[in-house]
Amino acid sequence: MQLNQLKEGSWAVIERVGGSGALRRRILEMGLLKGTRIYVEKYAPLKDPMELIVKGAHISLRVEEAAQISVLDV
Amino acid sequence: MTHPTITIALAGNPNSGKTTIFNAITGTRQKVGNWPGVTVEKKEGLVHRHGYDLKIVDLPGTYSLTPFSIEEIVARNFILDESPDVVIDIIDTSNLERSLYLATQLRELDCKVVFALNMMDMADARGLKIDAHKLSELLDLPVILTVGNRQKGIDDLLAAAVELALSGTPPQQKRKVRYNQEVEKAIDALQRYLTTHLGAALPYHPRWIAIKLIEDDAIIKERLAAIAGDGFAALLEAAEKQRAFLKDRFNDDPEIVTTDERYGFITGIIKEVLTTSPLERVDISRNIDLVLTNRFVGMPIFFFFIWAMFQLTFTVGAYPQDGIEQLFGLLASGVGYLLPPGWVEDLLLDGIISGVGTVGVFLPNILLLFFCIALFEDTGYMARAAFLMDKIMHLVGLHGKSFIPMLMGFGCNVPAIMAARTLESRTDRILTILITPFMSCSAKLPVYIVLAGGFFGARAGTVIFGIYLTGIVLSILTGRLFRTLFFRGADAPFVMELPPYRVPMLKSLLIHMWDRSKMFLKRMGGVILVGSIVIWVLANFPQAPELREGQVQETARLEAQFQSEWQAAEQSRRPQIQARHDQALNALSQRIKSEQAARSFLGRIGHALEPVFDPIGVDWRGGIALLSGFVAKEIVVSTLGVLYAVTDDPQANALESALRAAGMTPLTALSMMVFVLLYLPCLATVAAIRRETGSAGWMFFSIAYTTSVAWFMAFLVYQGGRLLGLG
Repeated sequence: MQLNQLKEGSWAVIERVGGSGALRRRILEMGLLKGTRIYVEKYAPLKDPMELIVKGAHISLRVEEAAQISVLDV
Repeated sequence: MTHPTITIALAGNPNSGKTTIFNAITGTRQKVGNWPGVTVEKKEGLVHRHGYDLKIVDLPGTYSLTPFSIEEIVARNFILDESPDVVIDIIDTSNLERSLYLATQLRELDCKVVFALNMMDMADARGLKIDAHKLSELLDLPVILTVGNRQKGIDDLLAAAVELALSGTPPQQKRKVRYNQEVEKAIDALQRYLTTHLGAALPYHPRWIAIKLIEDDAIIKERLAAIAGDGFAALLEAAEKQRAFLKDRFNDDPEIVTTDERYGFITGIIKEVLTTSPLERVDISRNIDLVLTNRFVGMPIFFFFIWAMFQLTFTVGAYPQDGIEQLFGLLASGVGYLLPPGWVEDLLLDGIISGVGTVGVFLPNILLLFFCIALFEDTGYMARAAFLMDKIMHLVGLHGKSFIPMLMGFGCNVPAIMAARTLESRTDRILTILITPFMSCSAKLPVYIVLAGGFFGARAGTVIFGIYLTGIVLSILTGRLFRTLFFRGADAPFVMELPPYRVPMLKSLLIHMWDRSKMFLKRMGGVILVGSIVIWVLANFPQAPELREGQVQETARLEAQFQSEWQAAEQSRRPQIQARHDQALNALSQRIKSEQAARSFLGRIGHALEPVFDPIGVDWRGGIALLSGFVAKEIVVSTLGVLYAVTDDPQANALESALRAAGMTPLTALSMMVFVLLYLPCLATVAAIRRETGSAGWMFFSIAYTTSVAWFMAFLVYQGGRLLGLG
């Protein structure tokens, strides 16, 4: 499933970061790599962007960008 | 004996406390903010420590050295081209893994690196234990523990940096990232190709260049093209061959593979140095965000904060104004008393003191506004504001981060336009720069206060709020329009860190507030002073001698009349006569002044432009004031003061009553406010637009666009209002 389908308060492991070019590399450089455990902290009041906890840091990501990331629900 | 200066660069992630350490070392005053990427400009400080002159350079905070954003390019180019003696990498200990990503890239750059493990206290609080000794051993570099905001470890850090700089050993070669066999093979092949074909001409370490070629780094390719000349095509082909091989082998882009491998290397280090205690501490930041970015109350709280900021700025800021006004009044009467009447006195009183005075009154408002913005930045709330607003900003084709420059635009457009540098994509940046001038800057506020205060009385606050809102709405519409017209295509990714909340240090807040207000004061002292003098000269020359003669004769007549009445009157009626006499003299001098203004250069320009300003209900004097606002918006008020011949009478509302007497109505006042809100940005802003867009074309476009919109909107307000029978 895709990251943007996860509900608030769920855990997942990143399976693959899709997309292309700068965006993809930026996401990887922020530490969202294959195999990384992430926690969906919340969605913004207007449902976009979403806030993730990755390796202890809080990262925000747009829903359309999260749609490029495949995850395994755990 | 003099030693050469040692150059030390500070690198690190945004929010790693880099700026705090820079301040702790240099003691210079500069911005410390929680907004990712607030340190955009290169900042330097010279200190003398441990017997050496140290040049400390604060590099922009970045997560990586992949040249995507301006910050990353600036930081990397500095290290590559200026070769600092040592780079201190400031590591946010509670974010060790991500911090090490930048660290591995620094190591690859072949420079001498010292680690500062910063904010160890925060890591402790989160139950993280780090073996600094092991880390130092694994990466083969000095590691120093620091707590920047308590000045801890700073001296050790500098000592280690100096020692490393002076040691003859070349940068540590071992313990760098080793990629997997296939990648290493490709790197080797390219490295050999580079050394044989370019050899000594290579500007940087060949291994590093080879890695960058494999990552398809545009900037490095450009540099190589300049060096390799004709051989570049062949070089590019060799690089492409390796890339194609790796792509095929890993079924992914080579730069993704290298990123992955670097993190793999880091994971290995983390396993050895980091232990997480099972103890789950309460995360205060998370709890605060449960409220501040809450689904239901997050937005209302955000708007409340913005509203509170404006209330504080405008209501509390009003209190000290009377005092400042009196101060300038006192100064004016002092000068008037000391100097003999003549044009020097006129220049000082009417040109300089009244010009600078009308603007100086707004200093309290501006200090408060900048204080609030610094508070948002230093606590970390700015990033939350971007988080909350991104959806809306995205709808109009902008990035949540654009909200920050736009918000700062309410203070002053110049730093706001500079803050647009935090945006990664060039189109986002230009778009933000183009719409920021519609954010009503604090310099326009004096104009609104005078006009709204004078013509809308108790509803002034609502009117001013409406004006600000108009600016916001127009900026949104402009954003949409430009996005579809000029900048089609994807906008930058919104990958942003929400840093932990921090209790702001009062000292740092005051430094920020003062730094920005200083800019306002400097403009008051410089541009506005010059502007006031220029306007005064234009308004008073050419002199009309017959006017002065007329004034002298009229004064003599009034004087004679007064003397005879005074003599004839009874004792009890004398004060009344005296008052009437003073009033008559005052009115006379006002009339002469405005007649002089009408015949002056300024008057002629104003009359010539009447056809332009007439349809928006602004008379020639208003037109002149608006033109003078190009120097700085504050000047609009002082020019109005001169043109409507406001008396030196320190009585409040002098300008308002003069404007009313000159036939200004609430409708024309509103039209003028709308025009002031939207029309061409001030000189300093125009210069900033030129610099930040890197193009005179965008600058002229911005001038033309804003002014056309301003005229059109003011036209709608004035003519629409007249149709509705207002004014």
